[in-house]
Amino acid sequence: MFSAFLLILKRDLLLAMRRRSEIFTVLFFFIVVISLFPLGISTEDQLLKQIAPGVVWVAALLASTLALDRLFSDDYEDGTLEQMTLTPVSLPIVVLAKMIAHWLLTGLPLVLISPLVGLFYHLPFESIKVMMLVLLLGTPVLSMLGAIAAALTLGLRGGGVLVSLLVLPLYIPVLVYGAGAISTSMVEGLSIQPYVLLLSAFMLLAIIFSPWATAAAIKISIE
Amino acid sequence: MKINWFKYSAPMNFYPLAGKLIPLFWILAIALIALGLYWGFFKTADVLSDQKQYYRIIYVHVASAWMAMWLYAVMVAWAMVGLVFNTRLSFMMASATAITGTVMTVIALATGAIWGKTSWGTWWDWDPKLTSFLILLFVYIGYIALQSAIDDVRRSDKASALLALVGLALVPIIYYAVNCPDPNECASLHQESSLERVESNILIAMLITTLGFWMYSFATILMRVRTIILERERNTSWVSKLKEFNN
Repeated sequence: MFSAFLLILKRDLLLAMRRRSEIFTVLFFFIVVISLFPLGISTEDQLLKQIAPGVVWVAALLASTLALDRLFSDDYEDGTLEQMTLTPVSLPIVVLAKMIAHWLLTGLPLVLISPLVGLFYHLPFESIKVMMLVLLLGTPVLSMLGAIAAALTLGLRGGGVLVSLLVLPLYIPVLVYGAGAISTSMVEGLSIQPYVLLLSAFMLLAIIFSPWATAAAIKISIE
Repeated sequence: MKINWFKYSAPMNFYPLAGKLIPLFWILAIALIALGLYWGFFKTADVLSDQKQYYRIIYVHVASAWMAMWLYAVMVAWAMVGLVFNTRLSFMMASATAITGTVMTVIALATGAIWGKTSWGTWWDWDPKLTSFLILLFVYIGYIALQSAIDDVRRSDKASALLALVGLALVPIIYYAVNCPDPNECASLHQESSLERVESNILIAMLITTLGFWMYSFATILMRVRTIILERERNTSWVSKLKEFNN
């Protein structure tokens, strides 16, 4: 079972490496959205610091929902996904491997590029560290919750917009605590531990439950 | 006596039953809403603490807000029954409930905005309860959007049912996040229910109006279910034999 997991993980990563431009598309979307806000609102120092946490997270939510479209759709269109459901390996394992590959390709790059945002928004070094930590904990939740919606909307017309409509309300807890942690880190004497613990709890819950829900959704969609 | 529990889970049997129940629920709805509003407008004080007459929007506001939340639970319950027993009618009930639930959520938000303008001086405030209701509206709309995006009836029923279940699992977490955005100081939630402090006449009027709204929901849901049944079963022989279509 573990070998099948690794096999699918490697396959998805390899396929993505053959078309590297798509990884960069999501990444640059994130950067572009983030650099639009100072232009639209104000370039004033203090205000930028205040809006940075929310802006980073909203941009991360949008970037990850855009990327969701690609999670299953290629495999669905050429029939690979159907074959995967027929293999003796249980479908949630397959799905988990695909989710992790998807996060490595779309979530992790956002985490790694996020210090740049810190520079754009004049964040202190402490907050940049916190931002990387909460993005590291939060973005996997986005990929995993999003996978359910991506599986439900397989092969539908206008699937991309529909996915956003379905998952964005579900992302609210991650947004609230992810942005909250970054804001709190800028205040002297407040602990960010509760935020980190809550986000870790979300991640663990998502790892446990979302592969099953996604597998059920895939079965409904390719029935 | 042997009871056939699944008799009315067949659309063929449920359709005439619903037809008979609808007038009953309409009568109850109109009578209860009329009574509740009469009680609320003429048997209660003109001033409630610092609020004048305008507090009387509470009867419509609370009734629709309660129904909006309750109908979400009902919708998920029907979706779950549908997934477990694979009965077509349950999915039809779920999708009919979703629309009435959305309408109730919109009424609650609109009356809340009007009340907010008169008592707080603003149409909208990012207060936890308001935000929760806005999110409830988004969840309802997501359900309806998914259902109407899928052409295949079987897939659309099951997919939206699964979405409703996922939504139900996440609603407590979302509710907590909205109520307690700062876990460092979150001993109590902001707004506590103040039902026990409400004057009994107001409470009675509120409960009667809510019952009326409930009956209204029954009536509209059953009407919508009948339409959905006819739409989906239009090619069956029992529909073609209905006397509505044979005049």
